Amino acid sequence: MAAVQGGPVDAVEEKDIKTEPSNDGCGSNSTNDGRAASASPGSGAPAAGAKPAAAAPEDQQTLLAVLQFLKKNKLTESVDILRREAGLPEDSLDLKGADSSAAGSGGDLGAADASSLLSRVTASSSAVVQAPTKAAGEDQPDVNVVLSAYSQQGDPKLYPVYYNGLKRFIESVLDCHRAELSQVFYPLFVHMYLELVYNNYESEAKAFFEKFRGDQECYYEDDLRILSSLSKREHMRGNETLLDFRTSKFVLRISRDSYQLLKRHLQERQNNQIWNIIQEHLYIDIFDGMPRSKSQIDAMSGSLAGEAKREANKAKVYYGLLKEPEIELPLDDEDEEAENEEGKPKKKKPKKDSVGSKSKKQDPNAPQQTRIPLPELKDSDKLDKIMYMKEATKRIRLGPENLPSICFYSFLNAYQGLTAVDFTDDSSLIAGGFADSTVRVWSVTPKKLRKVKSAADLNLIDKESDDVLERIMDEKTASELKILYGHSGPVYGISFSPDRNYLLSSSEDGTVRLWSLQTFTCLVGYKGHNYPVWDTHFSPHGYYFVSGGHDRVARLWATDHYQPLRIFSGHLADVTCTRFHPNSNYVATGSSDRTIRLWDVLNGSCVRIFTGHKGPIHALAFSPNGKFLASGATDSRVLLWDIGHGLMIGELKGHTDSIYSLRFSRDGEILASGSMDNTVRLWNATKAFDDLETDDFTAATGHVHLQDNSQELLLGTYMSKSTPVINLHFTRRNLLLAAGSYNP
Amino acid sequence: MSTFVLIWIFCMCVRGVIFTDLCTLSAMAEERRQKQCSVSLPTESMKAMAESVGVGQLQEESCAALSEEVSYRIKEIAQDALKFMHHGKRRKLTTNDIDNALRLKNVEPLYGFQSQEFIPFRFASGGGRELHFYEEKEVDLSDIINTPLPRVPLDVSLKAHWLSIDGVQPSIPENPPPAPKEQQKVESTEPLKIVKPGQEDDGTIQGKTQGATAADGKGKEKGLIRLKPRSTHELSVEQQLYYKEITEACVGSCEAKRAEALQSIATDPGLYQMLPRFSTFISEGVRVNVVQNNLALLIYLMRMVKALMDNPTLYLEKYLHELIPAVVTCIVSKQLCLRPDVDNHWALRDFAARLMAQSCKTFSTTTNNIQSRITKTFTKSWLDEKTQWTTRYGCIAGLSELGPDVIKTLILPRLTIEGARIKGVVEGQVVSNIDKIGADHVQSLLLKHCASVIAKIRPQPDLAEQYRTDYGYLGPMLCSHVMKARTQAALQAQQVNRTTLTITQPRPTLTVSQSGFSGSGGPRTPSIIKVPSSLTLMTPRPGTPSQPSPPATKYIVMATSAGAASTQQVL
Repeated sequence: MAAVQGGPVDAVEEKDIKTEPSNDGCGSNSTNDGRAASASPGSGAPAAGAKPAAAAPEDQQTLLAVLQFLKKNKLTESVDILRREAGLPEDSLDLKGADSSAAGSGGDLGAADASSLLSRVTASSSAVVQAPTKAAGEDQPDVNVVLSAYSQQGDPKLYPVYYNGLKRFIESVLDCHRAELSQVFYPLFVHMYLELVYNNYESEAKAFFEKFRGDQECYYEDDLRILSSLSKREHMRGNETLLDFRTSKFVLRISRDSYQLLKRHLQERQNNQIWNIIQEHLYIDIFDGMPRSKSQIDAMSGSLAGEAKREANKAKVYYGLLKEPEIELPLDDEDEEAENEEGKPKKKKPKKDSVGSKSKKQDPNAPQQTRIPLPELKDSDKLDKIMYMKEATKRIRLGPENLPSICFYSFLNAYQGLTAVDFTDDSSLIAGGFADSTVRVWSVTPKKLRKVKSAADLNLIDKESDDVLERIMDEKTASELKILYGHSGPVYGISFSPDRNYLLSSSEDGTVRLWSLQTFTCLVGYKGHNYPVWDTHFSPHGYYFVSGGHDRVARLWATDHYQPLRIFSGHLADVTCTRFHPNSNYVATGSSDRTIRLWDVLNGSCVRIFTGHKGPIHALAFSPNGKFLASGATDSRVLLWDIGHGLMIGELKGHTDSIYSLRFSRDGEILASGSMDNTVRLWNATKAFDDLETDDFTAATGHVHLQDNSQELLLGTYMSKSTPVINLHFTRRNLLLAAGSYNP
Repeated sequence: MSTFVLIWIFCMCVRGVIFTDLCTLSAMAEERRQKQCSVSLPTESMKAMAESVGVGQLQEESCAALSEEVSYRIKEIAQDALKFMHHGKRRKLTTNDIDNALRLKNVEPLYGFQSQEFIPFRFASGGGRELHFYEEKEVDLSDIINTPLPRVPLDVSLKAHWLSIDGVQPSIPENPPPAPKEQQKVESTEPLKIVKPGQEDDGTIQGKTQGATAADGKGKEKGLIRLKPRSTHELSVEQQLYYKEITEACVGSCEAKRAEALQSIATDPGLYQMLPRFSTFISEGVRVNVVQNNLALLIYLMRMVKALMDNPTLYLEKYLHELIPAVVTCIVSKQLCLRPDVDNHWALRDFAARLMAQSCKTFSTTTNNIQSRITKTFTKSWLDEKTQWTTRYGCIAGLSELGPDVIKTLILPRLTIEGARIKGVVEGQVVSNIDKIGADHVQSLLLKHCASVIAKIRPQPDLAEQYRTDYGYLGPMLCSHVMKARTQAALQAQQVNRTTLTITQPRPTLTVSQSGFSGSGGPRTPSIIKVPSSLTLMTPRPGTPSQPSPPATKYIVMATSAGAASTQQVL
């Protein structure tokens, strides 16, 4: 969903997003061609061809529904804006003619799509088309419609028989196909169970569930638990997990051969029940080539809605870094000063040159400098950059032979109340978010925290003096700790701005707050999530920040706008963690639906979906060169991803509990992970990335084959004393800082 | 019944159930991992709750419907609450999480449950019903006003320490002990580890990353050769310094410092590396000081053993071959002090015997058979006719500390013989004073230990004559002791019934007056005991790391002037 410019429309918009998570962010128009092309050679069955193509028109349908709703409520201004944004023509609101005209004006919609679209519209029994008309009237438009898809009549007694029949068939096929076909079990099981429940066959449903739940993969345990608690038709209404099963098709990747086998079997047996479910609720992504092995499948599965479609990861991502801004002039000044101080002019010159030359080379993978508008550098930022470069020259080269020292900051007497920690980039400040709604900021250098003087006192200052920045500070307020009050619920996310002037905190109360670290007061409360906000993160260039919460969307904000610039919607469950790409053009979000998505800040579209985690994701980290992403989850594994190719490239096993923090060293050689199991572990990132064999085949099919080399990559395990590690941070000189609260 | 009432009851039920079943709720979340939950609340709960809000008769069907609905809602809330727990980075579900989950659903949270740790639910059954309820006592306001305010909890503070320096974890109190007790236990009880050939060298000696090496060993189980892992005990400079200070303080002349040192030994988590040195120190110390009859030093060394055993992070099994002989020596040695007639070496024997019993209890297994071997040793020398009274005393003390069973099977049958021997000394004419004192002590020891056992196994009428026929010379005295024991036991039983207090007799601690002390190590000037202080970090940059230093040279604490120490050793 694109940016919303303002006005009273917002609430409505957001509601829509919340209730219709079906349209992934990737459903932008440009992907239509690929989708249709991939599906059409798929199979003889007409339905299989039509289904995937229908996903794109659904976008249009939704838009039209929204437009109609707005019009009905006399919100003409919003109608205009939305129409402009979506590129819809004026007359598109006439519902009868809407679809055809929308299809025609949609630019890249092919003729074939349009015809299939029309056929869908005329078939008035189709549930999806009914949705828009109902949307205007009801409060929860989708639910009934969505559920009614389950109202198939079949003999409940036969369900176990069907399932067993399929099971026997799959057990009897060749080994190479068995693993692939077994993927069908879980979604089939879920949908059959839901059908039974929906049709009020309660005891049959229970029996079915008990009989076959043991067959399901262990990593679906969490979902099965939710499912098992659901035993009545009434429960289905308002159960979000369940809606996800219905609204988003479960994606399976199956080789053509295996798929043909399955199809032939089902058609031979006249097994319409199962065939219907596969057609209705499953999206089978067929590929040519060797069937995948069990380990390959297991590596990628586990998310709430199956694997990512291959097309979802095809978009080009500019993962390169932005050119460093030219700050030659002030650097020279600084150098002269440094010369005066240290008298070592020669040593610095070549280093500065090397930095300069590196930045002059344009990385082919880097986005354009002006792809998204970035804030201008202020003088203080330039000074900080110079400090950074100076520190960088003193940086320790890390490697397997040269492990970093770790300094652990323990929060004492926190009574299990510490929920979030962040360090500033220069490691001078630590902020902690607490369950008692406070945010506390500590200075860990001898420099104490001071407030700016009051307005009356500021008037007395000589504004022309050189040390005016020093004079505005009030010495009387100097202290090591400042407490920020303002939230009304536990603070779950916290992030410093790169220039150390601001601090962001996100809380259970549904707001994100921006605090000034000059006055230690709250400047803005960003409202919009309405539900707990689990995480927030400042862009590495400042100004922008991203937040994600229980409402399943991530929002992009700018500090000077009180409304979000972008809303990234597509996750099927809470957005649990958010992180900016080093070049600020992308945002990665991890979610309870066990997927990671990468979003383009420019147009709000989803450019990568990574599946493979078996639990909610709680930690994300980009490698400093922007090429790789590391993610940690409650399944106590760290997974490594290649952003450019959209592939999983590594799995780091070793932790025994949820991972809450991940961080690459400044040069990217070492990955540090911190977990609830009270350990900090160091991994050899260089080796993990170098070992990578990205032959063309792997890149093309996305079938990874991971070697189990966690033990070789693990460089060290450091146990703390019953102190879960909540945050990790590498100082500019590559000293590792860790933080957590001591729970005796 | 109108739907409205039903809905109303439902609401009350949801709230009520959360109210009452909060404690089971968190358990449910855990349990559900193993047991699959088709758990739902009993219909009786619904009835009870309906009654509590004033609805008298609720039909069975409504109850069933309600209970299913309520169970479902509670599970939903529990699931949401777990989400809050995860984001709160905790392992424990708290009442606040439930509150937050309720707020998420736009339900008013439950007020009044702020307890973080424990929810004081009470259980009651009666009338065929079982209930969990939250007991709300009436509180007198004046009580609250008059009680002094509780202490303000400490504010959150930040403390930094080194978790690792250049990849090596320093052993400071802020860090967990390098080798946890379980690992020590595994090492000592299953010394053979499967190691891949060629792996063992870099596997254990490389002191770079302890964690990695441990993991290496586990990961490389493909190799098939079983090798005893070579453990290195390198001590850093700080550790050497610490060892020196501690040992000096333990045997030095200042009692306050000794107490501090012993306290440190008993609590410090980082002593694992120094354990072999401590055990050698003790065993050598005993060997030397027994020869020199230096009672005070022997006592100090035994207190060190006690402190080591008390340390929860140490597993001593590996070093028992040094410690047990030292302890046994202190129990049964012929002479422990310069003036056996005056000095109280009996207390040392008692203390050491207790240590022995404790280590038997902790470390005796079917493979090492410590207890039976010790018992054999004691009995053998006790049975010997020529054994001195001092040794005899030690043997009996050692045996009787091993428990009533040992007393029953080994000591009671020999009471008659022992009694005759004591009689010979007490009533005989020409005996040395030392023998007489020894016999006295043996007699009181036997009476003390046997009386309580006899009181338990012998039926009631305690007749002096009967006792004389059964136990000989000691009979009448035993009889009076047994009667005393019985009355005491009766008294205690009454007290137990009334107050449920267990009465523990405080064990006498050993301290020796400095007068009899003539240290052989010459005048010592131990400086203040100081645990190597943690490296606190103020500036976030790497400090100078402490290099792992070569193993310290062994400290020879006592001058080994006497050479014939080994003859004194018992085992």
